[in-house]
Amino acid sequence: MSALLTVEDLRVRFPTRTGVVEAVRGVSFTLGRERLGIVGESGSGKSQTGRAIMGLTPPHADASAKQLAFDGIDLISAPPKLRRDLRGKRIAMILQDPKYSLNPVMSIGRQIVETLRRHERVSRAEARERALDMLAAVQIRDPARVFDLYPHEVSGGMGQRAMIAMMLVAGPELLIADEPTSALDVTVQLEVLSILDKLVAERGMGLIFVSHDLRLVSSFCDRVLVMYAGRIVEEIAASELANARHPYTQGLLNCMPVIGADRHPLPVLDRKPEWAL
Amino acid sequence: MTVTVSVENLSVVYDDFRALDAASVQVEAGESFGLVGESGSGKSTLLRAIAGLAPVSEGAIRVQGRELHGARRDKAFYRAVQMVFQDPYGSLHPRQTVDRQLVEPLAIHGIGDGERRILKALDEVGLGSGFRFRYPHQLSGGQRQRVAIARALILEPSILLLDEPTSALDASVQAEVLNLLEQVRRDRKLTFLMVSHDLGVVTHMCERLAVMQGGRVVERLTSADLVAGRIAEDYTRNLMVASKGFRRKSA
Ligand SMILES: Nc1ncnc2c1ncn2[C@@H]1O[C@H](COP(=O)(O)OP(=O)(O)OP(=O)(O)O)[C@@H](O)[C@H]1O
Ligand SMILES: Nc1ncnc2c1ncn2[C@@H]1O[C@H](COP(=O)(O)OP(=O)(O)OP(=O)(O)O)[C@@H](O)[C@H]1O
Ligand SMILES: [Mg+2]
Ligand SMILES: [Mg+2]
Repeated sequence: MSALLTVEDLRVRFPTRTGVVEAVRGVSFTLGRERLGIVGESGSGKSQTGRAIMGLTPPHADASAKQLAFDGIDLISAPPKLRRDLRGKRIAMILQDPKYSLNPVMSIGRQIVETLRRHERVSRAEARERALDMLAAVQIRDPARVFDLYPHEVSGGMGQRAMIAMMLVAGPELLIADEPTSALDVTVQLEVLSILDKLVAERGMGLIFVSHDLRLVSSFCDRVLVMYAGRIVEEIAASELANARHPYTQGLLNCMPVIGADRHPLPVLDRKPEWAL
Repeated sequence: MTVTVSVENLSVVYDDFRALDAASVQVEAGESFGLVGESGSGKSTLLRAIAGLAPVSEGAIRVQGRELHGARRDKAFYRAVQMVFQDPYGSLHPRQTVDRQLVEPLAIHGIGDGERRILKALDEVGLGSGFRFRYPHQLSGGQRQRVAIARALILEPSILLLDEPTSALDASVQAEVLNLLEQVRRDRKLTFLMVSHDLGVVTHMCERLAVMQGGRVVERLTSADLVAGRIAEDYTRNLMVASKGFRRKSA
Protein backbone atom coordinates (compact mmCIF):
# COMPACT_ATOMS: atom_id res chain seq x y z
CA MET A 1 0.00 0.00 0.00
CA SER A 2 1.46 3.38 -0.96
CA ALA A 3 1.67 5.73 1.98
CA LEU A 4 -0.57 8.75 1.73
CA LEU A 5 0.74 10.16 4.98
CA THR A 6 3.96 9.46 6.85
CA VAL A 7 4.44 10.68 10.40
CA GLU A 8 7.73 10.05 12.16
CA ASP A 9 8.58 11.11 15.70
CA LEU A 10 5.96 13.84 15.98
CA ARG A 11 6.23 15.99 19.10
CA VAL A 12 4.04 18.84 20.35
CA ARG A 13 4.98 20.95 23.38
CA PHE A 14 3.16 23.78 25.13
CA PRO A 15 5.02 26.22 27.33
CA THR A 16 2.79 27.14 30.29
CA ARG A 17 3.22 29.12 33.49
CA THR A 18 3.83 25.93 35.40
CA GLY A 19 6.26 24.35 32.96
CA VAL A 20 6.21 22.64 29.58
CA VAL A 21 3.28 20.33 28.75
CA GLU A 22 4.41 17.58 26.39
CA ALA A 23 1.16 16.80 24.64
CA VAL A 24 2.59 14.51 21.93
CA ARG A 25 5.83 12.65 22.59
CA GLY A 26 7.20 10.88 19.54
CA VAL A 27 4.25 9.57 17.53
CA SER A 28 5.03 7.63 14.33
CA PHE A 29 2.72 5.92 11.84
CA THR A 30 1.92 5.68 8.16
CA LEU A 31 -1.51 5.87 6.58
CA GLY A 32 -2.64 4.38 3.30
CA ARG A 33 -6.03 4.64 1.69
CA GLU A 34 -7.63 3.04 4.72
CA ARG A 35 -9.53 3.69 7.94
CA LEU A 36 -7.13 4.20 10.80
CA GLY A 37 -8.66 4.56 14.26
CA ILE A 38 -7.01 6.45 17.10
CA VAL A 39 -8.33 5.79 20.58
CA GLY A 40 -6.90 6.80 23.90
CA GLU A 41 -7.45 8.42 27.20
CA SER A 42 -8.78 11.96 27.44
CA GLY A 43 -5.78 14.29 27.21
CA SER A 44 -3.49 11.70 25.62
CA GLY A 45 -2.72 13.88 22.58
CA LYS A 46 -5.15 12.60 19.93
CA SER A 47 -6.46 16.01 18.88
CA GLN A 48 -3.03 17.65 19.04
CA THR A 49 -1.66 14.92 16.75
CA GLY A 50 -4.37 15.70 14.20
CA ARG A 51 -3.86 19.44 14.50
CA ALA A 52 -0.11 19.11 13.97
CA ILE A 53 -0.69 17.14 10.74
CA MET A 54 -3.04 19.90 9.60
CA GLY A 55 -0.58 22.64 10.56
CA LEU A 56 -3.03 23.96 13.14
CA THR A 57 -0.80 23.79 16.20
CA PRO A 58 -1.27 27.04 18.18
CA PRO A 59 1.47 29.56 17.35
CA HIS A 60 2.96 29.68 20.85
CA ALA A 61 3.38 25.89 20.90
CA ASP A 62 6.17 23.93 19.31
CA ALA A 63 5.52 21.06 16.88
CA SER A 64 8.38 19.08 15.39
CA ALA A 65 8.88 15.79 13.54
CA LYS A 66 11.65 13.85 11.87
CA GLN A 67 9.32 13.40 8.94
CA LEU A 68 5.85 14.62 8.06
CA ALA A 69 4.90 13.92 4.46
CA PHE A 70 1.61 13.94 2.59
CA ASP A 71 1.51 12.36 -0.88
CA GLY A 72 5.22 13.01 -1.39
CA ILE A 73 5.02 16.62 -0.14
CA ASP A 74 7.29 17.42 2.79
CA LEU A 75 4.96 19.33 5.11
CA ILE A 76 7.73 20.50 7.43
CA SER A 77 9.54 22.51 4.79
CA ALA A 78 6.38 23.45 2.86
CA PRO A 79 5.79 27.22 2.70
CA PRO A 80 2.76 28.47 4.67
CA LYS A 81 0.89 29.27 1.47
CA LEU A 82 1.14 25.68 0.24
CA ARG A 83 -0.04 24.34 3.59
CA ARG A 84 -3.01 26.71 3.55
CA ASP A 85 -3.91 25.56 0.05
CA LEU A 86 -3.71 21.92 1.04
CA ARG A 87 -5.87 22.54 4.09
CA GLY A 88 -9.55 22.22 3.34
CA LYS A 89 -8.90 21.09 -0.24
CA ARG A 90 -6.73 17.97 -0.08
CA ILE A 91 -6.45 17.54 3.69
CA ALA A 92 -9.41 18.28 5.93
CA MET A 93 -10.09 17.93 9.62
CA ILE A 94 -13.43 17.65 11.38
CA LEU A 95 -12.70 19.35 14.69
CA GLN A 96 -13.90 17.99 17.99
CA ASP A 97 -15.89 21.04 19.12
CA PRO A 98 -18.09 21.86 16.14
CA LYS A 99 -19.81 24.82 17.73
CA TYR A 100 -16.50 26.36 18.61
CA SER A 101 -14.99 25.65 15.22
CA LEU A 102 -17.86 27.03 13.18
CA ASN A 103 -17.98 30.77 12.64
CA PRO A 104 -20.67 32.03 15.06
CA VAL A 105 -21.70 35.02 12.94
CA MET A 106 -22.14 33.26 9.60
CA SER A 107 -25.01 30.97 8.65
CA ILE A 108 -24.25 27.26 8.31
CA GLY A 109 -25.03 27.27 4.59
CA ARG A 110 -22.84 30.25 3.82
CA GLN A 111 -19.90 28.63 5.60
CA ILE A 112 -20.18 25.53 3.46
CA VAL A 113 -20.58 27.59 0.29
CA GLU A 114 -17.52 29.70 1.10
CA THR A 115 -15.40 26.65 1.86
CA LEU A 116 -16.32 25.19 -1.49
CA ARG A 117 -15.71 28.41 -3.42
CA ARG A 118 -12.33 28.87 -1.79
CA HIS A 119 -11.18 25.64 -3.38
CA GLU A 120 -13.18 25.33 -6.57
CA ARG A 121 -14.42 27.66 -9.27
CA VAL A 122 -18.16 27.21 -9.07
CA SER A 123 -21.03 29.64 -9.42
CA ARG A 124 -22.96 30.77 -6.34
CA ALA A 125 -26.02 28.86 -7.47
CA GLU A 126 -24.09 25.65 -8.01
CA ALA A 127 -22.27 26.03 -4.68
CA ARG A 128 -25.63 26.44 -2.94
CA GLU A 129 -26.98 23.32 -4.62
CA ARG A 130 -23.95 21.30 -3.58
CA ALA A 131 -24.07 22.60 -0.02
CA LEU A 132 -27.74 21.59 0.25
CA ASP A 133 -26.95 18.15 -1.20
CA MET A 134 -24.12 17.73 1.27
CA LEU A 135 -26.40 18.64 4.20
CA ALA A 136 -28.93 16.11 2.97
CA ALA A 137 -26.18 13.50 2.58
CA VAL A 138 -25.26 13.84 6.27
CA GLN A 139 -28.92 13.14 7.12
CA ILE A 140 -29.98 16.69 7.99
CA ARG A 141 -33.74 16.38 7.74
CA ASP A 142 -34.59 19.83 6.51
CA PRO A 143 -31.52 21.14 4.62
CA ALA A 144 -33.19 24.33 3.40
CA ARG A 145 -34.06 25.40 6.96
CA VAL A 146 -30.70 24.46 8.43
CA PHE A 147 -28.85 26.22 5.58
CA ASP A 148 -30.01 29.57 6.94
CA LEU A 149 -29.49 28.84 10.65
CA TYR A 150 -26.56 30.16 12.69
CA PRO A 151 -24.42 27.74 14.74
CA HIS A 152 -26.15 28.61 18.03
CA GLU A 153 -29.49 27.72 16.45
CA VAL A 154 -28.71 24.10 15.64
CA SER A 155 -28.60 21.08 17.93
CA GLY A 156 -25.32 19.44 18.98
CA GLY A 157 -25.62 16.70 16.41
CA MET A 158 -26.67 19.08 13.65
CA GLY A 159 -23.62 21.27 14.30
CA GLN A 160 -21.42 18.23 14.10
CA ARG A 161 -22.95 17.19 10.79
CA ALA A 162 -22.66 20.74 9.42
CA MET A 163 -18.95 20.55 10.20
CA ILE A 164 -18.72 17.17 8.43
CA ALA A 165 -20.55 18.56 5.39
CA MET A 166 -18.18 21.53 5.26
CA MET A 167 -15.13 19.30 5.38
CA LEU A 168 -16.37 16.85 2.77
CA VAL A 169 -17.71 19.32 0.25
CA ALA A 170 -14.31 19.98 -1.36
CA GLY A 171 -13.54 16.23 -1.63
CA PRO A 172 -10.38 15.81 0.50
CA GLU A 173 -7.93 12.93 -0.05
CA LEU A 174 -7.04 12.78 3.62
CA LEU A 175 -9.66 13.33 6.29
CA ILE A 176 -8.87 13.61 9.97
CA ALA A 177 -12.14 13.15 11.83
CA ASP A 178 -11.84 14.06 15.53
CA GLU A 179 -14.77 12.52 17.41
CA PRO A 180 -16.98 13.19 14.38
CA THR A 181 -20.03 11.33 15.62
CA SER A 182 -19.85 11.72 19.40
CA ALA A 183 -22.99 13.90 19.50
CA LEU A 184 -25.06 11.82 17.09
CA ASP A 185 -27.74 9.35 17.99
CA VAL A 186 -26.79 5.85 16.96
CA THR A 187 -28.94 5.61 13.83
CA VAL A 188 -27.60 8.86 12.35
CA GLN A 189 -24.11 7.89 13.46
CA LEU A 190 -24.21 4.80 11.28
CA GLU A 191 -25.43 6.79 8.26
CA VAL A 192 -22.56 9.24 8.62
CA LEU A 193 -20.07 6.40 8.98
CA SER A 194 -21.29 4.79 5.80
CA ILE A 195 -20.64 8.06 3.94
CA LEU A 196 -17.07 8.08 5.23
CA ASP A 197 -16.77 4.38 4.46
CA LYS A 198 -17.82 4.96 0.85
CA LEU A 199 -15.29 7.76 0.41
CA VAL A 200 -12.53 5.41 1.52
CA ALA A 201 -13.73 2.43 -0.52
CA GLU A 202 -14.71 4.25 -3.71
CA ARG A 203 -12.54 7.35 -3.86
CA GLY A 204 -9.50 6.02 -2.01
CA MET A 205 -9.61 8.66 0.70
CA GLY A 206 -7.37 8.10 3.72
CA LEU A 207 -9.23 8.44 7.00
CA ILE A 208 -7.92 9.04 10.51
CA PHE A 209 -10.84 8.39 12.83
CA VAL A 210 -10.31 9.67 16.37
CA SER A 211 -12.89 8.26 18.73
CA HIS A 212 -13.32 7.04 22.24
CA ASP A 213 -16.08 4.70 21.17
CA LEU A 214 -14.39 1.31 21.03
CA ARG A 215 -17.47 -0.45 19.80
CA LEU A 216 -17.55 1.84 16.76
CA VAL A 217 -13.83 1.78 16.14
CA SER A 218 -13.62 -1.99 16.26
CA SER A 219 -16.52 -2.40 13.85
CA PHE A 220 -15.61 0.46 11.49
CA CYS A 221 -11.82 0.81 11.22
CA ASP A 222 -9.12 -1.37 9.69
CA ARG A 223 -6.35 -0.62 12.15
CA VAL A 224 -6.26 1.07 15.54
CA LEU A 225 -3.58 3.07 17.33
CA VAL A 226 -3.95 3.32 21.09
CA MET A 227 -2.53 6.47 22.70
CA TYR A 228 -1.60 7.06 26.30
CA ALA A 229 0.15 10.15 27.70
CA GLY A 230 1.31 11.44 24.31
CA ARG A 231 2.58 8.17 22.89
CA ILE A 232 1.28 5.24 20.88
CA VAL A 233 1.27 2.31 23.29
CA GLU A 234 -0.31 -0.28 21.01
CA GLU A 235 -1.18 -0.84 17.36
CA ILE A 236 -3.69 -3.53 16.56
CA ALA A 237 -6.02 -4.72 13.79
CA ALA A 238 -9.47 -3.36 14.60
CA SER A 239 -11.02 -6.81 14.48
CA GLU A 240 -8.49 -7.94 17.10
CA LEU A 241 -9.25 -5.14 19.56
CA ALA A 242 -10.85 -7.58 21.96
CA ASN A 243 -7.47 -9.35 22.25
CA ALA A 244 -5.51 -6.19 22.99
CA ARG A 245 -2.35 -6.72 25.02
CA HIS A 246 -1.67 -3.36 26.61
CA PRO A 247 -3.32 -3.14 30.04
CA TYR A 248 -4.68 0.32 29.22
CA THR A 249 -6.48 -1.04 26.13
CA GLN A 250 -7.79 -4.06 28.00
CA GLY A 251 -8.97 -1.82 30.80
CA LEU A 252 -10.77 0.44 28.32
CA LEU A 253 -12.74 -2.47 26.92
CA ASN A 254 -13.74 -3.59 30.36
CA CYS A 255 -15.06 -0.27 31.70
CA MET A 256 -17.74 0.41 29.09
CA PRO A 257 -21.32 0.20 30.28
CA VAL A 258 -22.97 -2.57 28.29
CA ILE A 259 -26.68 -2.85 27.62
CA GLY A 260 -28.07 -5.55 29.86
CA ALA A 261 -25.01 -5.86 32.11
CA ASP A 262 -25.64 -4.69 35.64
CA ARG A 263 -22.31 -3.54 37.03
CA HIS A 264 -22.35 -0.87 39.73
CA PRO A 265 -19.89 0.74 40.09
CA LEU A 266 -18.27 0.23 36.70
CA PRO A 267 -14.74 -1.17 36.82
CA VAL A 268 -12.17 1.62 36.51
CA LEU A 269 -8.58 1.65 35.37
CA ASP A 270 -5.76 1.31 37.80
CA ARG A 271 -3.33 3.55 35.92
CA LYS A 272 0.27 2.55 36.36
CA PRO A 273 2.95 5.26 36.28
CA GLU A 274 5.06 3.10 33.96
CA TRP A 275 2.40 3.35 31.21
CA ALA A 276 3.39 7.00 30.80
CA LEU A 277 7.13 6.40 30.50
CA MET B 1 -43.26 9.09 45.29
CA THR B 2 -43.20 12.84 44.71
CA VAL B 3 -42.60 14.34 41.31
CA THR B 4 -39.79 16.87 41.56
CA VAL B 5 -39.49 17.95 37.92
CA SER B 6 -42.70 18.07 35.95
CA VAL B 7 -42.90 19.15 32.35
CA GLU B 8 -46.40 19.17 30.94
CA ASN B 9 -47.41 19.64 27.31
CA LEU B 10 -44.44 21.87 26.76
CA SER B 11 -43.96 23.56 23.40
CA VAL B 12 -41.01 25.65 22.23
CA VAL B 13 -41.27 27.44 18.92
CA TYR B 14 -38.50 29.20 16.98
CA ASP B 15 -39.93 31.39 14.22
CA ASP B 16 -42.39 28.85 12.95
CA PHE B 17 -40.38 25.73 13.77
CA ARG B 18 -41.61 23.58 16.64
CA ALA B 19 -38.54 22.34 18.50
CA LEU B 20 -40.77 20.91 21.25
CA ASP B 21 -44.31 19.86 20.56
CA ALA B 22 -46.42 19.24 23.65
CA ALA B 23 -43.77 17.14 25.38
CA SER B 24 -44.41 15.82 28.89
CA VAL B 25 -41.96 14.27 31.33
CA GLN B 26 -42.36 13.56 35.05
CA VAL B 27 -39.24 12.93 37.12
CA GLU B 28 -39.59 11.63 40.67
CA ALA B 29 -37.44 12.85 43.53
CA GLY B 30 -34.26 10.83 43.77
CA GLU B 31 -34.63 9.03 40.48
CA SER B 32 -32.45 9.16 37.42
CA PHE B 33 -34.50 9.70 34.29
CA GLY B 34 -33.10 9.34 30.75
CA LEU B 35 -33.91 11.10 27.49
CA VAL B 36 -32.88 9.50 24.23
CA GLY B 37 -33.84 10.09 20.63
CA GLU B 38 -32.97 11.42 17.27
CA SER B 39 -30.56 14.29 16.81
CA GLY B 40 -32.64 17.48 16.64
CA SER B 41 -35.60 15.87 18.39
CA GLY B 42 -35.63 18.47 21.18
CA LYS B 43 -33.73 16.78 24.03
CA SER B 44 -31.46 19.73 24.74
CA THR B 45 -34.35 22.12 24.21
CA LEU B 46 -36.32 20.35 26.95
CA LEU B 47 -33.46 20.72 29.45
CA ARG B 48 -32.83 24.29 28.37
CA ALA B 49 -36.49 25.17 28.80
CA ILE B 50 -36.38 23.95 32.40
CA ALA B 51 -33.30 26.12 32.97
CA GLY B 52 -35.11 29.12 31.46
CA LEU B 53 -32.99 29.15 28.32
CA ALA B 54 -35.60 28.39 25.65
CA PRO B 55 -38.74 30.34 24.69
CA VAL B 56 -41.72 28.38 26.00
CA SER B 57 -44.94 29.04 24.11
CA GLU B 58 -47.27 26.57 25.82
CA GLY B 59 -47.32 24.16 28.71
CA ALA B 60 -46.11 24.17 32.30
CA ILE B 61 -42.84 23.49 34.12
CA ARG B 62 -42.85 22.70 37.82
CA VAL B 63 -39.70 22.14 39.88
CA GLN B 64 -39.95 21.08 43.52
CA GLY B 65 -43.61 22.05 43.52
CA ARG B 66 -43.08 25.58 42.23
CA GLU B 67 -44.42 26.55 38.84
CA LEU B 68 -41.82 28.40 36.77
CA HIS B 69 -42.93 31.20 34.47
CA GLY B 70 -41.11 32.83 31.59
CA ALA B 71 -37.34 32.72 31.40
CA ARG B 72 -36.54 34.19 34.81
CA ARG B 73 -34.93 31.82 37.32
CA ASP B 74 -33.96 33.05 40.77
CA LYS B 75 -30.91 32.28 42.87
CA ALA B 76 -32.75 29.58 44.79
CA PHE B 77 -33.44 27.81 41.49
CA TYR B 78 -29.77 27.69 40.53
CA ARG B 79 -28.85 26.56 44.01
CA ALA B 80 -31.19 23.61 43.57
CA VAL B 81 -30.82 22.93 39.84
CA GLN B 82 -27.58 22.84 37.89
CA MET B 83 -27.07 21.97 34.25
CA VAL B 84 -24.14 20.40 32.40
CA PHE B 85 -24.35 21.52 28.78
CA GLN B 86 -23.76 19.36 25.74
CA ASP B 87 -21.14 21.71 24.40
CA PRO B 88 -18.64 22.43 27.20
CA TYR B 89 -16.74 24.99 25.18
CA GLY B 90 -19.84 27.09 24.85
CA SER B 91 -20.67 26.91 28.54
CA LEU B 92 -17.20 27.73 29.90
CA HIS B 93 -16.01 31.31 29.79
CA PRO B 94 -13.11 31.35 27.29
CA ARG B 95 -11.11 34.03 29.11
CA GLN B 96 -11.43 32.72 32.64
CA THR B 97 -9.23 30.13 34.29
CA VAL B 98 -10.72 26.92 35.64
CA ASP B 99 -10.25 28.39 39.12
CA ARG B 100 -12.30 31.52 38.33
CA GLN B 101 -15.12 29.45 36.85
CA LEU B 102 -15.33 27.39 40.01
CA VAL B 103 -15.02 30.38 42.38
CA GLU B 104 -17.76 32.34 40.69
CA PRO B 105 -20.80 30.20 41.57
CA LEU B 106 -19.54 30.00 45.17
CA ALA B 107 -19.20 33.79 45.32
CA ILE B 108 -22.64 34.41 43.80
CA HIS B 109 -24.27 32.19 46.40
CA GLY B 110 -22.13 33.48 49.26
CA ILE B 111 -20.61 30.10 50.05
CA GLY B 112 -17.36 30.07 51.97
CA ASP B 113 -14.82 27.28 52.20
CA GLY B 114 -13.94 27.84 48.53
CA GLU B 115 -10.41 26.47 48.60
CA ARG B 116 -11.44 23.10 49.98
CA ARG B 117 -14.47 22.81 47.71
CA ILE B 118 -12.48 23.62 44.56
CA LEU B 119 -9.77 21.09 45.30
CA LYS B 120 -12.39 18.47 46.11
CA ALA B 121 -14.40 19.19 42.95
CA LEU B 122 -11.33 18.95 40.70
CA ASP B 123 -10.22 15.79 42.40
CA GLU B 124 -13.67 14.20 42.03
CA VAL B 125 -13.62 14.63 38.24
CA GLY B 126 -10.08 13.31 37.98
CA LEU B 127 -8.31 16.58 37.25
CA GLY B 128 -5.23 17.26 39.35
CA SER B 129 -4.52 20.70 40.79
CA GLY B 130 -2.19 21.23 37.80
CA PHE B 131 -5.28 22.11 35.77
CA ARG B 132 -6.58 24.70 38.20
CA PHE B 133 -5.08 27.78 36.57
CA ARG B 134 -5.48 26.76 32.94
CA TYR B 135 -7.81 28.41 30.43
CA PRO B 136 -10.39 26.35 28.51
CA HIS B 137 -8.36 26.42 25.27
CA GLN B 138 -5.48 24.82 27.15
CA LEU B 139 -7.55 21.72 27.90
CA SER B 140 -8.52 18.73 25.80
CA GLY B 141 -12.20 18.18 24.95
CA GLY B 142 -12.71 15.68 27.75
CA GLN B 143 -10.90 17.84 30.31
CA ARG B 144 -13.23 20.74 29.49
CA GLN B 145 -16.26 18.54 30.02
CA ARG B 146 -14.92 17.49 33.41
CA VAL B 147 -14.53 21.15 34.42
CA ALA B 148 -18.17 21.70 33.48
CA ILE B 149 -19.21 18.76 35.66
CA ALA B 150 -17.08 19.99 38.56
CA ARG B 151 -18.73 23.40 38.30
CA ALA B 152 -22.21 21.87 38.40
CA LEU B 153 -21.39 19.76 41.45
CA ILE B 154 -19.64 22.44 43.48
CA LEU B 155 -22.91 24.06 44.59
CA GLU B 156 -24.24 20.71 45.78
CA PRO B 157 -27.55 21.04 43.92
CA SER B 158 -30.42 18.60 44.41
CA ILE B 159 -31.34 18.28 40.73
CA LEU B 160 -28.87 17.87 37.88
CA LEU B 161 -29.80 18.37 34.22
CA LEU B 162 -27.13 16.47 32.30
CA ASP B 163 -26.87 16.90 28.53
CA GLU B 164 -24.56 14.21 27.10
CA PRO B 165 -22.27 14.51 30.13
CA THR B 166 -19.83 11.82 29.02
CA SER B 167 -19.99 11.78 25.22
CA ALA B 168 -16.66 13.65 25.03
CA LEU B 169 -14.87 11.27 27.39
CA ASP B 170 -12.90 8.12 26.71
CA ALA B 171 -14.30 4.94 28.24
CA SER B 172 -11.96 4.96 31.24
CA VAL B 173 -12.78 8.54 32.26
CA GLN B 174 -16.43 7.98 31.39
CA ALA B 175 -16.57 5.09 33.85
CA GLU B 176 -15.05 7.29 36.56
CA VAL B 177 -17.47 10.14 35.89
CA LEU B 178 -20.50 7.82 35.77
CA ASN B 179 -19.44 6.20 39.04
CA LEU B 180 -18.98 9.64 40.58
CA LEU B 181 -22.42 10.76 39.40
CA GLU B 182 -24.02 7.60 40.81
CA GLN B 183 -22.22 8.01 44.07
CA VAL B 184 -23.19 11.66 44.60
CA ARG B 185 -26.73 10.80 43.64
CA ARG B 186 -26.85 8.14 46.33
CA ASP B 187 -25.05 10.21 48.98
CA ARG B 188 -26.94 13.45 48.41
CA LYS B 189 -30.23 11.95 47.17
CA LEU B 190 -29.95 13.82 43.90
CA THR B 191 -32.37 13.69 40.99
CA PHE B 192 -30.99 13.39 37.46
CA LEU B 193 -32.56 14.23 34.14
CA MET B 194 -30.01 12.96 31.68
CA VAL B 195 -29.68 13.05 27.89
CA SER B 196 -27.47 10.51 26.20
CA HIS B 197 -27.43 8.88 22.80
CA ASP B 198 -25.55 5.93 24.24
CA LEU B 199 -28.09 3.33 25.29
CA GLY B 200 -25.42 1.53 27.29
CA VAL B 201 -24.95 4.68 29.38
CA VAL B 202 -28.66 5.42 29.70
CA THR B 203 -29.65 1.93 30.78
CA HIS B 204 -26.73 1.89 33.21
CA MET B 205 -27.65 5.21 34.82
CA CYS B 206 -31.43 5.50 34.55
CA GLU B 207 -34.37 3.45 35.78
CA ARG B 208 -36.81 5.00 33.33
CA LEU B 209 -36.47 6.81 30.07
CA ALA B 210 -38.38 8.66 27.39
CA VAL B 211 -37.72 8.36 23.67
CA MET B 212 -38.10 11.56 21.65
CA GLN B 213 -38.65 12.17 17.99
CA GLY B 214 -39.59 15.39 16.21
CA GLY B 215 -40.19 17.39 19.40
CA ARG B 216 -42.51 14.79 20.93
CA VAL B 217 -42.12 12.02 23.44
CA VAL B 218 -42.97 8.89 21.42
CA GLU B 219 -42.38 6.23 24.05
CA ARG B 220 -41.80 5.92 27.80
CA LEU B 221 -40.32 2.75 29.21
CA THR B 222 -38.09 1.35 31.90
CA SER B 223 -34.51 0.40 31.23
CA ALA B 224 -35.45 -3.17 32.08
CA ASP B 225 -38.08 -3.14 29.32
CA LEU B 226 -35.60 -1.74 26.85
CA VAL B 227 -33.01 -4.34 27.70
CA ALA B 228 -35.57 -7.14 27.44
CA GLY B 229 -36.83 -5.84 24.10
CA ARG B 230 -40.30 -4.96 25.43
CA ILE B 231 -40.52 -2.05 23.00
CA ALA B 232 -43.58 -0.53 21.34
CA GLU B 233 -42.11 1.88 18.79
CA ASP B 234 -40.14 1.00 15.66
CA TYR B 235 -37.88 3.97 16.21
CA THR B 236 -36.85 2.70 19.64
CA ARG B 237 -36.20 -0.73 18.15
CA ASN B 238 -33.98 0.83 15.45
CA LEU B 239 -31.97 2.55 18.17
CA MET B 240 -31.37 -0.80 19.83
CA VAL B 241 -30.21 -2.39 16.57
CA ALA B 242 -27.93 0.54 15.73
CA SER B 243 -26.34 0.28 19.19
CA LYS B 244 -24.65 -2.94 18.19
CA GLY B 245 -22.06 -1.14 16.04
CA PHE B 246 -21.24 -0.52 12.40
CA ARG B 247 -22.12 -3.20 9.85
CA ARG B 248 -20.56 -2.85 6.42
CA LYS B 249 -23.11 -3.62 3.77
CA SER B 250 -21.41 -6.41 1.87
CA ALA B 251 -20.95 -5.57 -1.79
N1 LIG C 1 -2.75 25.39 24.80
C1 LIG C 1 -2.39 24.42 25.64
N2 LIG C 1 -1.58 24.65 26.68
C2 LIG C 1 -1.20 23.67 27.51
N3 LIG C 1 -1.59 22.38 27.41
C3 LIG C 1 -2.39 22.08 26.39
C4 LIG C 1 -2.85 23.07 25.46
N4 LIG C 1 -3.65 22.47 24.55
C5 LIG C 1 -3.70 21.16 24.91
N5 LIG C 1 -2.96 20.93 26.01
C6 LIG C 1 -2.76 19.65 26.69
O1 LIG C 1 -2.29 18.68 25.77
C7 LIG C 1 -2.76 17.38 26.11
C8 LIG C 1 -3.28 16.69 24.87
O2 LIG C 1 -4.47 17.34 24.44
P1 LIG C 1 -5.40 16.75 23.28
O3 LIG C 1 -6.44 17.80 23.03
O4 LIG C 1 -4.59 16.31 22.13
O5 LIG C 1 -6.05 15.49 24.03
P2 LIG C 1 -7.05 14.40 23.44
O6 LIG C 1 -6.33 13.10 23.41
O7 LIG C 1 -7.63 14.88 22.17
O8 LIG C 1 -8.14 14.32 24.60
P3 LIG C 1 -9.76 14.29 24.55
O9 LIG C 1 -10.14 12.88 24.33
O10 LIG C 1 -10.14 14.71 25.95
O11 LIG C 1 -10.20 15.24 23.49
C9 LIG C 1 -3.83 17.58 27.19
O12 LIG C 1 -3.35 17.13 28.43
C10 LIG C 1 -4.07 19.07 27.21
O13 LIG C 1 -4.36 19.53 28.51
N1 LIG D 1 -32.24 29.35 18.61
C1 LIG D 1 -32.79 28.51 17.72
N2 LIG D 1 -33.30 28.96 16.57
C2 LIG D 1 -33.87 28.12 15.67
N3 LIG D 1 -33.96 26.79 15.83
C3 LIG D 1 -33.47 26.27 16.97
C4 LIG D 1 -32.86 27.09 17.97
N4 LIG D 1 -32.46 26.29 18.98
C5 LIG D 1 -32.80 25.03 18.63
N5 LIG D 1 -33.42 25.02 17.42
C6 LIG D 1 -33.91 23.84 16.71
O1 LIG D 1 -34.61 22.99 17.60
C7 LIG D 1 -34.43 21.63 17.22
C8 LIG D 1 -34.14 20.80 18.46
O2 LIG D 1 -32.83 21.10 18.93
P1 LIG D 1 -32.20 20.37 20.20
O3 LIG D 1 -30.89 21.05 20.44
O4 LIG D 1 -33.16 20.35 21.31
O5 LIG D 1 -31.98 18.89 19.66
P2 LIG D 1 -31.38 17.61 20.40
O6 LIG D 1 -32.46 16.59 20.52
O7 LIG D 1 -30.68 18.03 21.63
O8 LIG D 1 -30.35 17.09 19.30
P3 LIG D 1 -28.83 16.56 19.44
O9 LIG D 1 -28.93 15.14 19.83
O10 LIG D 1 -28.30 16.72 18.03
O11 LIG D 1 -28.12 17.44 20.41
C9 LIG D 1 -33.36 21.61 16.15
O12 LIG D 1 -33.96 21.38 14.90
C10 LIG D 1 -32.76 23.01 16.18
O13 LIG D 1 -32.36 23.47 14.91
MG1 LIG E 1 -9.49 15.61 21.67
MG1 LIG F 1 -28.66 18.18 22.13
